[in-house]
Amino acid sequence: MSTTSEVHADVEIDARGSFCPGPLMELIRGIKTLPVGGVIAVRSSDPGSAKDIPAWLQKAGHELIGAYPEADCTRFVARKLR
Amino acid sequence: MTRRIVIVGGGVGGTIVANLLARRLSPEEAEVTLIDSVGAHVYMPAWLYIPFSDEPVARNSFARPESSLLNRHVRLVIGEVTRVDPVNQELTVRRVAGNGEVATTTYPYDELALATGARLAPQDLTGMVESADAYHEFYSAEGAVALQEALREFQGGRIVVAVGGIPYRCPPAPLEFTFLLDEWLRRKHLRQRTEIEYLFPLPRVFPIEPVADVAAPLLEQRGVKTRLFFNADELDGEHHIIRSLEGEDVPFDLLVLIPPHRGARVVEASDLGDPQGWLATDRATLAVKKYPHIYAIGDATDLPVSKSGSAAHFEAKVLAARLVALTRGEEPDPKHAEYDGEVMCFLETGENQATQLVFNYNHPPQPPRPSLLYHMEKQLFNKAYWHIVPQGLV
Repeated sequence: MSTTSEVHADVEIDARGSFCPGPLMELIRGIKTLPVGGVIAVRSSDPGSAKDIPAWLQKAGHELIGAYPEADCTRFVARKLR
Repeated sequence: MTRRIVIVGGGVGGTIVANLLARRLSPEEAEVTLIDSVGAHVYMPAWLYIPFSDEPVARNSFARPESSLLNRHVRLVIGEVTRVDPVNQELTVRRVAGNGEVATTTYPYDELALATGARLAPQDLTGMVESADAYHEFYSAEGAVALQEALREFQGGRIVVAVGGIPYRCPPAPLEFTFLLDEWLRRKHLRQRTEIEYLFPLPRVFPIEPVADVAAPLLEQRGVKTRLFFNADELDGEHHIIRSLEGEDVPFDLLVLIPPHRGARVVEASDLGDPQGWLATDRATLAVKKYPHIYAIGDATDLPVSKSGSAAHFEAKVLAARLVALTRGEEPDPKHAEYDGEVMCFLETGENQATQLVFNYNHPPQPPRPSLLYHMEKQLFNKAYWHIVPQGLV
């Protein structure tokens, strides 16, 4: 099983402590400017992200590479597919 | 030696920083210069109310001369900063004289605060520039006045409220607009002939779950349809359709579309920011990463806080404390000179009620139930703003 440090991302977003606009908005913002095939990571301390982020990625047609727990947050890594 | 501190941008953040520095540092300690492209200070939150006003509203109603808000020790330069040179620590400023002659001047700095804000970028959403007549917005004075005129002529139909890009200023504004729109349509006896649909990028009606939990039933009670996970991707003005990244088409008769935003042109021209022109900013010190002696506040940053006057206000106080300490060769006190993500704002829910959001990086907001009290506080703040906020008194 891979650990978070082994999963490289082209763009890293630190959304720890973000309530408004929140980690998912930060992810959507980042993914829009990423080329197709690019990998993005967002760090979130919001427990709601565990549900929101995979749900949006599925709806928007992108790949969730993984969700990796860290000390004070979870690092979500996704690949832009279209 | 006198430190040369230059602030770019005369919005809420830049003005507060300049005024606090001028008050706390003597002219021998620092020369404080604020450069603003137009020399006018605008209170943007007032634009939300313009479309619903029964009276004609002048485009400049919510602007005042920047010079009238600045401490007398602040030197105000009215001109456009066209380039930041972080290596030589200087700015290029383009000024147009009364006779139309253009002059370019260089301003050196020891410390630079970029409070350059956000700008509307309709070119970032397919179809928005080509179909400029097909949508309305209230994110500019002109747009809000045009929307007021469009509503005055509106006789019923389908109104869609949507977000055109992320990030956008003041995340609650589309929700507030929707509540106020519903109220206005009822007042004008048009509500029964009007369908309102609120489209939002997230899986709930607002980023903050407790707020969404309060707002969603209110929208339902008022007969507003909601469509979630809708990230606008294309405007088809000819067929009156807004299309999402997620693959949905939504028709409209009147579309209120929040335009995409970008950082300031000077950030892009100087290659200081990310692809959208936001400055990579340290979440605590507000230092722009990779560029010593440059700081950023307000909408210009890439911080994960709302692009709002409130965030700019709290960041400005932190940055002023930091710059005072640095000017005096002191270690900045983390209590006052580090930003903890603090934001405080109101959210109008219509029918003379509002709630309040207070939060920082470590404490989520716990909004109280909407009430008349918070609505009155917001109205009071809208009036008191000019006398207390830009001056840095609160």
